Amino acid sequence: MQHARAVHGTLTAFARAPLDTLFNAVVIALALALPAALWQVAGHLQGASHRAGTAPQLSVFMAVDASRDDARAIEARLKQAVGVARVEFVPREQALAELRKQAGLEDALDSLGGNPLPDAFIVTLVDAAPAGLETLRDEFRKWPRVAHVALDALWARRLEAALRIARGVAAGLLGLLGLALVAATFNTIRLQILTRRDEIVVLQAVGATAGYVRRPFLYYGALLGLTGGALAWLLLAAATWAGNQGLAPLAALYGTEWRMDPLPAGPAVALLGTAVLLGWLGAWLSVRRHLQRDLSQ
Amino acid sequence: MDSEAFRLSSLLYRLPLFVAPPPLIQISHVSKRYPGSVDALRDITLEIAAGELVALTGHSGAGKSTLLKLLPGLERPSQGSIVVSGQNVGRLKARALPYLRRNFGLVFDEVKLLYDRTAFDNVLLPLDILGFDRREAARRVRAALDKVGLLSRERANPLALSGGEQKRLSIARAIVHRPAILLADEPTGNLDAEYARGIGELFRAFHQVGVTVVLATHDRELVAQLAPRILALDHGALAA
Repeated sequence: MQHARAVHGTLTAFARAPLDTLFNAVVIALALALPAALWQVAGHLQGASHRAGTAPQLSVFMAVDASRDDARAIEARLKQAVGVARVEFVPREQALAELRKQAGLEDALDSLGGNPLPDAFIVTLVDAAPAGLETLRDEFRKWPRVAHVALDALWARRLEAALRIARGVAAGLLGLLGLALVAATFNTIRLQILTRRDEIVVLQAVGATAGYVRRPFLYYGALLGLTGGALAWLLLAAATWAGNQGLAPLAALYGTEWRMDPLPAGPAVALLGTAVLLGWLGAWLSVRRHLQRDLSQ
Repeated sequence: MDSEAFRLSSLLYRLPLFVAPPPLIQISHVSKRYPGSVDALRDITLEIAAGELVALTGHSGAGKSTLLKLLPGLERPSQGSIVVSGQNVGRLKARALPYLRRNFGLVFDEVKLLYDRTAFDNVLLPLDILGFDRREAARRVRAALDKVGLLSRERANPLALSGGEQKRLSIARAIVHRPAILLADEPTGNLDAEYARGIGELFRAFHQVGVTVVLATHDRELVAQLAPRILALDHGALAA
């Protein structure tokens, strides 16, 4: 009954000052939405880089006029080379067929008359260290009838490393802005205590324990956090939708359907839980500081 | 000690015992000085037995309200000790004070109602603090409101009530949890003669069932009606 009354009292306080509640919730929502958005975007880019493939690979291109026997000889050497995990042969005909599938290139390829592409190998390596990759690249380059050796997926690996840093920054930002959220709730509760001082005096005079007096303020902090968290989730959903509207035409130009998904249920619940916890923490610190002594005395 | 235990100890005084039990309230050499002020109370020593009906009288500023506030620990004495049912109020830890205060019913001079709640919810407050279940609490609240003639105004906001009605509402809040000690500061202030007599009868009824009643009052009619033990205060000291 006491808890129900405390929740009811908090909701009544929200309804009595809707604008104040809204602004407080917006501050909390922005503090949570910024790092959450950074985290979400980094996650999407990381997913994209994974799809692009980040295994350490080299592409070995034969000379255009190299014969299939030359290619088989190079394939045999590649398979015996130290540090090579797997070798995949891509015949020039297959490469041309795949290139034709890319939108807008058919006319250009037809105008060439013949197949301008060489036979190639995709070589997956055991070691991902950049120095090892470069050593093997330099060695393969010297082999006969090999025209070019390219380091694949290095960009994706660099992107992934950058995204790891971005996620770290998002976590740090969440920590800092979480602190700001706690401070904002602390101050809101301090003001609540000041405005409800007379009520607290009456409560303490008629025998309310410290827990009873604190309870409505703790609920206020937690429910304010929940409101802010829900608002942050809505902001993220709106930003995702708006982002997808802009991304769709861009992705179409590259022949893909890349789009951002809304925040999944797990992280959404974590976002709301974090908001509730931080709101409660701010309120708890505030009541500890400002309700330490008996105001009725 | 809960209210029932307080009431039982009060009833002991009605039995023909050969050895008198200790007084319910013992005030020994109590002084109270507010910072930058003269002494509000000076070397007060008195005892109040359980079940007694006591009236503190005296002019404004004599120290009646201060003395009432000292009993449930709403003020701390600057000197001396106050013992209520064996508990030294001045030495009680903050966490123990609420439990002591639950044995008191307090009627403040300034009514101290909560103006964001209905009359019903104001009276409900002590029962909510004590954790009463909803049905029993509602029954007791309506009974208390009925006793002070405000049952028909249970849904009213205290701001919509007259000064006298607000005073009666504060009395309903003070009695709703059936306290062992009822402290009332000017309980008939703002009340017309008819309601003042009714409130007097209410205090008499509480006294008759063993509740210790301590009033601070200017109201000579109330004093005449209740015929209490009178403790006169003059400039913070007990008058001879």
